[in-house]
Amino acid sequence: MNDNGLTARGVGFLWNRAADWMADVGRIALLVGDTLRMLGRGLRSFRLVVDEMHAIGVQSLVLVLIVSLFTGAVAAVQAAYQFSNVVPLKYIGSVILRSVIIELGPVLTALIVGGRVGAAIAAELGTMRVTEQIDALEAMAINPVRYLVVPRVVASIVMLPILVMIANAVAIFGGYVVSVTSIGVSSHTYVSGLQDFFYMKDLYSGLIKAVVFGAIIGWMGCYHGFRTEGGAEGVGQATTRAVVSSCVLVLVSDYVLASVLFKFIFAS
Amino acid sequence: MIRIRGLSKKLGRKQVLKDLDLDIPTGRNTVIMGPSGTGKSVLLKHIIGLMTPDSGTIEVDGRVVTGLGERGWNEVRMRFGMLFQGSALFDSLTVGENIALPLREHTDLTEAEIRDRVAERLEWVGLRGVEDMKPASLSGGMRKRVGLARAIAMDPAYILYDEPTTGLDPIMSDVINRLVRGLQERIGATSIIVTHDMASAWQLGDRLALLHGGKVVFTGTPEEARTTGNELVRQFVEGSSEGPIGVV
Repeated sequence: MNDNGLTARGVGFLWNRAADWMADVGRIALLVGDTLRMLGRGLRSFRLVVDEMHAIGVQSLVLVLIVSLFTGAVAAVQAAYQFSNVVPLKYIGSVILRSVIIELGPVLTALIVGGRVGAAIAAELGTMRVTEQIDALEAMAINPVRYLVVPRVVASIVMLPILVMIANAVAIFGGYVVSVTSIGVSSHTYVSGLQDFFYMKDLYSGLIKAVVFGAIIGWMGCYHGFRTEGGAEGVGQATTRAVVSSCVLVLVSDYVLASVLFKFIFAS
Repeated sequence: MIRIRGLSKKLGRKQVLKDLDLDIPTGRNTVIMGPSGTGKSVLLKHIIGLMTPDSGTIEVDGRVVTGLGERGWNEVRMRFGMLFQGSALFDSLTVGENIALPLREHTDLTEAEIRDRVAERLEWVGLRGVEDMKPASLSGGMRKRVGLARAIAMDPAYILYDEPTTGLDPIMSDVINRLVRGLQERIGATSIIVTHDMASAWQLGDRLALLHGGKVVFTGTPEEARTTGNELVRQFVEGSSEGPIGVV
């Protein structure tokens, strides 16, 4: 094959990829629109929402506790190392607090919940798709977006900020334990460090992020689950896509939100 | 009466249905036969609005349903019940909850009335006391029967069957065929049965239709199917690999 042929194939490949990607964006926008349209009716089946809150929130709790405990512990070790002879250790509490509530708590919680919950949602809905259960819902005049998507997205949006608040508290506690036991900071110093630089806007910005991350995780899981084709292999692919896309979108939106929130809304 | 005119559908590069015409008269069983992959299930999915045709129309009792919005389709779907090939039971719900789901969603029945209706439908399909079991713990034949009980929960005017006996042993197939026949007599619904199993076709069909190349190439009574000179029908009925129906 000559160079022109190769170039043409390369351009064709890129063009197809771009077209697929644009089609995905369009279909996700439609799913979001459908979810909002069905929101009121979907919330009337409140038991479904509560079931999903349990599956998404309560069942992620142990994982979130473990991850955040060690996040706080590592933050303390790293802070002590980077402070050495430059910054007084009395600021260790402040640094841990602010890095946890602004960034580490929301993002790490979203990434692990995205992995766990995004995969679970995509696998469940994907299996329902390939075994015709979603067709069966439609055949019974039950809107699948109302019955399946609304409860999952709502539960994800509600539970993620709650998990993030718990993760924040546990991470700060993990930092406390390491600071007091192995770095040699007194309990009083750590706590006053926490108090000195605590701003509500930091906490709010983390919780606003958590809401957005929750929405991303819920919708990505549902979207890729609904789009599943072709048996067990398709379910596996949908699960992978749900996890990868929610993790990437969490990080991208984290950057966008950080820029917007701290430049405009919480700028001072 | 369901009237299908000029129905065409392309899936990927394959023209699955091609200018298909079919009439399905009320109150009788119509069996749609054809080799695997000829678009029988696709046709069924068009009738209940799970797929949209590229062109052509479907009329249900005089109302054109192709092109209806979601609300319109939901009105139509309330009069249909469908038994899916793999039963499509919701595995997060119990057997009882599966059958109760359409009743809970669309009727004002009390919980006690729903419980009675569920038990009654299960009894019609020859099952008793399985309400609290999960679909995963049922055998294939039981799942089919639960799927059937769910399909008839709302007293539909039309019941669609997608390969009702596929994957079942001959005895269970006979049980299902008898049930379908019995239900027809009990609730007087119009049944549309898609199958490639000739035993079911003879047992269930008041009218048989053969799908080939995206079109209906034969319609008639079982008697006419036995005696027709149509080579496609004869090959399919005899189950021969030699003849005008190519084997892919």
